[in-house]
Amino acid sequence: MTHTSPSHADYNYTVVRQFAIATVILGIFGMAVGVLIAAQLYWPQLNFNTPWLTFSRLRPLHTNSVIFGFGTSALFATSYYVVQRTCQVRLFSDKLARFTFYGWMAIIVSAVITLPLGYTSSKEYAELEWPIDIAIAVVWIAYAVNFFGTLIKRKTSHIYVANWFYGGFILVVAVLHIINSAAVPVDWLKSYSAYGGATDAMVQWWYGHNAVGFLLTAGFLGMMYYFVPKQAERPIYSYRLSIVHFWALIALYIWAGSHHLHYTALPDWTQTVGMVMSIILFAPSWGGMINGIMTLSGAWHKLRTDPILRFLIVSLSFYGMSTFEGPMMAIKTVNALSHYTDWTIGHVHSGALGWVAMVSIGALYHMIPRLYGNTRMYSKSLMNKHFWLATIGTVLYIVAMWISGVTQGLMWSAVNADGTLTYSFVESVSASKPFYLMRAIGGAFFLTGMLIMLYNVIKTITAPNGSLIEEEA
Amino acid sequence: MSNFWSAWIIAGSLIVVFGSAYLLRMVIVDKMGEEGKQMPHEFDGIVEMNNPPPKWWTIMFAMSIVWGLGYFVWYGLGGYEGIVGWKSANKAHYSLASVNKANAETRANNSINQYINEMDAADAVYGKTFAKYAAQSVEELMENDEALEVGQRLFIQNCAQCHGSDARGQRGFPNLTDNDWLHGGSFSKIKETIIHGRNSRSMVSWTAALGGKEHVDNVVTYVRSLSGRKVNAKDAAAGKLKFGLCAGCHGAEGKGNQSLGAPNLTDNIWLYGGSTAAITDSVSNGRIGVMPAWGKILGEDKVHVISAYVYSLSNKK
Repeated sequence: MTHTSPSHADYNYTVVRQFAIATVILGIFGMAVGVLIAAQLYWPQLNFNTPWLTFSRLRPLHTNSVIFGFGTSALFATSYYVVQRTCQVRLFSDKLARFTFYGWMAIIVSAVITLPLGYTSSKEYAELEWPIDIAIAVVWIAYAVNFFGTLIKRKTSHIYVANWFYGGFILVVAVLHIINSAAVPVDWLKSYSAYGGATDAMVQWWYGHNAVGFLLTAGFLGMMYYFVPKQAERPIYSYRLSIVHFWALIALYIWAGSHHLHYTALPDWTQTVGMVMSIILFAPSWGGMINGIMTLSGAWHKLRTDPILRFLIVSLSFYGMSTFEGPMMAIKTVNALSHYTDWTIGHVHSGALGWVAMVSIGALYHMIPRLYGNTRMYSKSLMNKHFWLATIGTVLYIVAMWISGVTQGLMWSAVNADGTLTYSFVESVSASKPFYLMRAIGGAFFLTGMLIMLYNVIKTITAPNGSLIEEEA
Repeated sequence: MSNFWSAWIIAGSLIVVFGSAYLLRMVIVDKMGEEGKQMPHEFDGIVEMNNPPPKWWTIMFAMSIVWGLGYFVWYGLGGYEGIVGWKSANKAHYSLASVNKANAETRANNSINQYINEMDAADAVYGKTFAKYAAQSVEELMENDEALEVGQRLFIQNCAQCHGSDARGQRGFPNLTDNDWLHGGSFSKIKETIIHGRNSRSMVSWTAALGGKEHVDNVVTYVRSLSGRKVNAKDAAAGKLKFGLCAGCHGAEGKGNQSLGAPNLTDNIWLYGGSTAAITDSVSNGRIGVMPAWGKILGEDKVHVISAYVYSLSNKK
């Protein structure tokens, strides 16, 4: 197997390089905001009495810049890279590719400006106001045209499984975004949702959960399906497994959103559907993990020496853990304890840090040198340091949130002998406080790893072509 | 729910669940060539093996599908209410009367309704405690520290949002510890306030009736003089002439009227603030104060205990 092939020199790597660099920079930005707001929960004076530095405004800035800045840029970069290489053709349109990069960056910049100023539609993960929403839709459609256009003109007989996942993610995110963002504008920076009451809540969590399901799961499974076999230099374990888990995953995920609204005004049957589909979803979700990890069979020894493979395999382990945890939390009885507590935040971050960020970092470490005429990163030892910082940081984060979440759930439901609540809300906040410090430290570990990555990336892309070549290649 | 939507929901859900089962069966039955060999396509150096999905995984997937279908049959889907007829609560009622009627039917039919069942179970356990206290007079309760502690907990859980966890109130929400009462501070008056709530809407905007801003200012000056503050005597005298309009509720001497809920203006205790600006705002724009009725929400027994606690704040040494 060759790492670089001269016949592929006519791929459009410009847009891949742009998005790859953007991923690292926006990752550092979004995670830095995350560490700041985590610290604010322990030291509230860190909001410096400044409205645009308060938790309420920076929290959406954190989520938007890590999901749409870091995560989505990683998906743009890798999907453009993977679709060209597995279809053996250049991108459908260089102009559209350029448009998606500059358009997407303009959207991120407008988010960075409007969210701290307090402009928000107040829908979680869809806070951006309507003019930005329209821009997102336009850029996203350009992305879809470019991606599917490339698939259509492919030179291979079949479409590789990574592209099924990327394609599914691109299509469904377009539908989710456009439907959930439908709103009635009042002025340029204020609008009201087109839906009301429980319907609005249901549409929002249909969107919210599938942003996780399609953007943060399906998209990154596409990434996994290319970079794990490439880096391990092993065949994919089971083609048949990939078929069943792909179709079952996308068909079931779209029904699961209502598990965010257990014991609310939502009709009982809607909650039932959300819970049942979430549990059936467990096996298809694990299909991706099995296919990734089993692909490594016969090459386990590589984990001892290859930090990129470590990132990829640990990401699959966190993926497996959080896709087990998710269906469990969707069970009404478990949800009665976990809902509205920090457990949810811990669950999200075991997916976001452990899975999404780790698989992206692994993919970037594989891809970046190849985009700049080399085959390996500048420093393997820095990649190893990054790996341990990221792993320890993630574990600190999710353990802290498990403990504080379960503590909150138990304290909120504890009653006295007369049936009144044992604890006031503020008592549960002070019980969580030590774990907020632990979480901030975990986040700081992860962020430090990203800074090391930035240095390693700069050294790699400034190195002369052909100067960083894998010895055995 | 109409039959159409019910059918739509049932069909959509079952197509996805049965579709998953069909798909699973398909990749097991259809060997797609020779097992254990590579698939005949290659992408950028990546090949795929033709392995079946792991057996344990297949069994787990199949079991979750069977379980899911069973759950639908048991708990319902769309318009179908399921074998056990479980409900989380009586939903889509838009008045207390309507939901009370539905709840009464649920109890009469012994239906499974999680909210009602849990509330009734809690009442069966905890209700005795409150019933015991409800049978005691306020004098007895004043001697019963345990009962007052229960009252305080109920207060913190239900009343503290407005009146504060120390019951000292906040702007617009009366302090309950200072023995100054808008509607009367006897035990029975406090209980009446909690059971039926209070609705103070008679303080309207008086600017027009008083004859303009200048007169409002004079009246405000006079009102400030009532609590012994130094004011411009001429303005206060002019205000006093107009105070007749206010005396209807607040009394000729401004000492208020508990039967109307009109505050005493002479005691320097201010619900909405005692600054010139705040009083001017009250007179020119009016004030609306609402205390919700808690009788039907908490039940009379609990209200009895809360009333004793509130009474104790001003009357227990």
